[in-house]
This record gives sequence, structure tokens and C-alpha cells, in this order.
Amino acid sequence: MNDLLVISPILVPLITVIACLLPGLSRRASDTVSLFSAFVLVAACVGLLVQVASHGTLTLRAGSWAPPFGIVLVADTLSVLMLAISSIVALAVLIYGVRGGEEDSSPGHLHVLIHGLMLGVNGSFLTGDLFNLYVWFEVMLISSFILMVREGKRSQLPGGLSYVLLNLLASALFLSGAGLIYGKLGTLNLADMASKLGALEDPDLVNTSGALIFVAFAAKAALFPFHFWLPASYHRAAPAISALFAGLLTKVGVYALLRLFTLVFTPDNGFSSTLILYFSMATMVIGVLGAVAQYHIRRLLAFHIISQIGYMTAGLALGGELALAAVIFYVIHHIAVKSTLFLVGGVLEARTGTADIRQHGGFYKSSPLLALCFLIPAFSLGGIPPLSGFWAKLNLLQAGVETEHWLFIGTALVVGILTLFSMIKIWNESFWKAPPEGMEADRPLSGRPYPAMLLLCVLTLVFSLGGAFVFKLAKQAATELCDPSGYLNAVLKGGAL
Amino acid sequence: MNSQLLQIAARFLSWPLVIVSLWLLYRGHNLPGGGFIGGLLAASAFMLFDLSGADRSKAGVFSVSPFVLMPLGLGLAVLSALPGLFGAGFMTGAWLPGFELPLLGKVHLGTPLVFDVGVYFTVIGFILLLADTLNEKES
Repeated sequence: MNDLLVISPILVPLITVIACLLPGLSRRASDTVSLFSAFVLVAACVGLLVQVASHGTLTLRAGSWAPPFGIVLVADTLSVLMLAISSIVALAVLIYGVRGGEEDSSPGHLHVLIHGLMLGVNGSFLTGDLFNLYVWFEVMLISSFILMVREGKRSQLPGGLSYVLLNLLASALFLSGAGLIYGKLGTLNLADMASKLGALEDPDLVNTSGALIFVAFAAKAALFPFHFWLPASYHRAAPAISALFAGLLTKVGVYALLRLFTLVFTPDNGFSSTLILYFSMATMVIGVLGAVAQYHIRRLLAFHIISQIGYMTAGLALGGELALAAVIFYVIHHIAVKSTLFLVGGVLEARTGTADIRQHGGFYKSSPLLALCFLIPAFSLGGIPPLSGFWAKLNLLQAGVETEHWLFIGTALVVGILTLFSMIKIWNESFWKAPPEGMEADRPLSGRPYPAMLLLCVLTLVFSLGGAFVFKLAKQAATELCDPSGYLNAVLKGGAL
Repeated sequence: MNSQLLQIAARFLSWPLVIVSLWLLYRGHNLPGGGFIGGLLAASAFMLFDLSGADRSKAGVFSVSPFVLMPLGLGLAVLSALPGLFGAGFMTGAWLPGFELPLLGKVHLGTPLVFDVGVYFTVIGFILLLADTLNEKES
């Protein structure tokens, strides 16, 4: 039974992909199958979360091959938290409704790509093998390459091209790093690598391959100076798709960094993480400065992703249980918040026909519900108590105080104010000011935007008001990351079953 | 290209190619071969029709759509993993008792062969889709 539970986040999207590939499937049928599967995925992931949170790490050995020879799927608290939140975001995006181009001859194929993306995302969260991680990443990226340019508009191509090129380059770097460390250790199983590296004491090897792999995932997570592809491409995709990307893609990169740099490339094994902290701070500043200058609503939000990724990796560099717990909380809070904001941006664009917030106005008066759906995530992102972003930032700052990184604290505070400033900018322009002359605000909306946005807003409120409970889970995940012996035991000896 | 010679040759060559590909598929469990190689070879039989300029949609079995082959193949691959879930573990092989056949000798049938057949169909479907897309006339 546990086996089925561990594999289901991979099986459910895979079976949906197969179903949606079938020829002659009507748009209605494929929409229904896809939405139903998203519900099943949420149920499976939440079930897995409950099971792991109460009974400890679950593992599954594919083909019963013992590690390090076979691939092991590992569901620890961090993995299942990420699985649960991403499945909910996928559900929200499918409730919002995705549409292909006007004369789409095979409407099921859009769902093939979306569930293909989820297949890669879930696989990345579950795998306990370095090369398998690469494979799942590619599954995710290939789906996202096509989703990004699927409407075939000319404007989508430049951003899509730089996205593909940068990710291919990053994958090559990742493979070089993985090859280096495999050449020395002869194993790709993460737990096995960790236990072998502890005895090896070879900081040169750890730092070289660690730096290569760090750059690879930094590029995928849009860390400075590898961030330029993100604001060039995200806002070109369809709104629902961009919400899915905004919530998940970069965060899978952050997850991979969290996993690898607490298990394999650790300071104990000789990896020095000082540079990560400085890159993170630069990312925070540059992302938010980029956002301040923007008037395209989803482009502005895309710059914010970069800035927030900086917070997360900075916490990783600070290290320690509190910082890691704060980062994990930050990641899951940010996935919910950012997806909601992209969906709201999509609704604003659809209703006015323009993405330029200077040409919006009056939405506070004309649709208070939309305003509420914007206010909750925007204030949360800006760090206003008692919303989830406040708890995330507070804990991160506390970790900064504990480790006495005053420069980081100063940067985080200034960036926080600028974040709030640009959220208020959207509020002023789109919602508060009187509608500019000639603004049309009654274009028809397709899909079901309000249930989707409300679902994610409720999730943000749960993270805010039930912050203590969620933080407890994040803390449990951080404890497991800080003391990998439980992870090693579960993987190598099949313990805790 | 539209070559009568190649079109007739394609009719005679395609079936032997498919048979050899099936043999490669079968021996792949313990020897060089398997679903991927077999699938590539079978796809080349399909593509002979395209290269000669013949109309593949009129070529019997060879007219099958890639969108039938790919879900069929992926579905078989997933199915092959499931019996283990209720027995020895996910993706663990489940075997029928072995028996003797003329020509093939000792035969062991089990889920790894089902997986390989899945790969076989997926590869053919994928290659055909690539070929069809590249072959499209510009409108």
C-alpha cells in the first residue's frame, strides 16, 4: 500500500499523459480527464504527506534493486510538502482553465504537456538518485519548452529561445558536475554519495563538482547572474501556463539546491557556501529593482520571482535548522502566492485586453472580489503580518541574526520595502485609480478564474493563520535535512518502513 | 522523390525488416537488441514508404497513426510495472513458467518483455511523428 502511495505522484500524471494522447479525444473529454486527474493527484499527495508526517520517511526501490544499484524514490517531509503544494497549484491552474490556440486540432495535447510537466516536477521531488534527478528535470523542461511557445506567436519565440538555450547549457554543466563526482565515487545514489564523501575528505572534488551543479541549478532557479531568461519569457506564455511556471519551475531548482547542498555538497564535506550568500543577495536586489521599473503586470511579477528566489537561496547559504525551516516555509508560501498573482494578472489582462497597468484602473470598485484575490497574496509577498510572507521573512531574518549576517539582514529589509512598494504600484494603477478613458473592462473571461484564485487565496490564508502548524512541518523537514542520518538510513537500509 | 523502383522494393523489404526488428526485440532481454533498437529498425520499414514517395496511408498495417502507437506503447510500459506493485515490489519482473518452442528454444515470458514491447511501439510512434512533421509540405 505504501509503495502505491509513493509511486502515485508519478503514476497519476503518466497515466493522464497516456489518456490525453489518445487520438480523437474531444476538448471536453480531455479537459474532464485532466481536471479529474488533478484532483486524484492532490488526494494522493496529501495522503502521502499525512503518512510521511506521522510515520517518517518512505522509500520505494524500483524493481526491488537495492541501493546503490537501483533507483530509490524517497518521500521525506521536504519532498512530500513540495509534492502537496505543487499538486494544489496544478489543480488551481486546471480549474482556471487552459486553452490552446484557436484552431487546435488536438486539444488533448495541451494536457499531455501540462501533466508531462507535473510528471517531471513530481519525479524530481521524489528521486534519490543524481542522474535520475537530471532525467526528471529534462522531462519537466521539455514539456515547459513547448508550453512556453505553444501559441506560436512571434513574440513568444525570442524569450522561448533564450529559455531553451540557457537550460540546455545548464543541463550540460550539471552533467559535467555529475560526471566528475561519479568518476570519483562510482555511485549516483545521493545517500550513498553522502556517506562516501564523508569518509573521502576531498574538498577540491566537492567544490568543483558542487560549483558546476550549483551553477546549473542556479540557472534553472533564475539566480543572478543567470536570471535574464525568466523576465524575457514567462509573461509571453498564456496566463494559466505562466502561473504554473511561476509557481513550480524555479522552485524545483530551489528544491534541488536544498536537497543536494544539505546532503552531498555540505560544509562538512568541504563545500564552501559563502559565494552562494553573495549571489543570493545580488539576486534579491537586482530582481526587485527590475520589478520597480516595470509596468507590464506579469513581467513585473516575473522580476519578483527572481528577487524572492534570492531570499530562499540566501537561507540555504546561512545554514542551520532555523534558516532551512524558514526557507522551506518560504518556498511553499511563495508557490501559492506567486501563482495567485499570475492568475490575477491574467484576469486583468483578459478583461482589459492590455497588460500595461497604466491603462488599467478602477477594479477595486468594479470587482471587489478580484481586488481581494490580489490583496491577500500581494500583502503576503510584501511581508505584512499576519500573512504567510511575514512569517517566512521573520524566521529568515531571525536566522540571519543568529548567524550575525548583518549585511544580509539589511539587504532583506530594503528589498522587502521595495517589494511592498511595487505591489502597491500595481494596486494603485490597476485597482485604486479611476479607470482611464477608453478602458474596456468587460471583455469576456474564459474558464473558471474565480474558483481557482479563491482556492489559492484560501491556501495562503491557511499558511498565514495556520502558520504555526505549517512551520512545524517545515521545521521537521529542516531537522531531517540537518541530520541526514535518518535519510541515509531510510535509503540504504530501507529503515523506517 | 517518387521512385517506382523504390516503391516496389519498399513493399518487399518492409515485412522482412519488421520481422528482423521483432527478433531483435525478443532477444534483447539478455543479448544486444531490445525494444529501442527493434523500434528503430521497424520505424525504418515505415519510412521506406515515405522515402519512395508511396502513400503510407494506403499501406495496410503501415498506415497506423503515431498517436495510436505512442499511447499504446506508454500504456504497455506502465502496465508492465503494475503486477510487481502487488507482489515483489514496483517494477519487479513477474514471470510465466518457462516452456520450450521450436526455433526459439527455452521461452521465458514476463513483464520485462511487455515493457520492451511498450518501448518498441513508443519508439516507432515517436520516429514516425518526427518523420511526418519533417515531411510536411510547407503550406
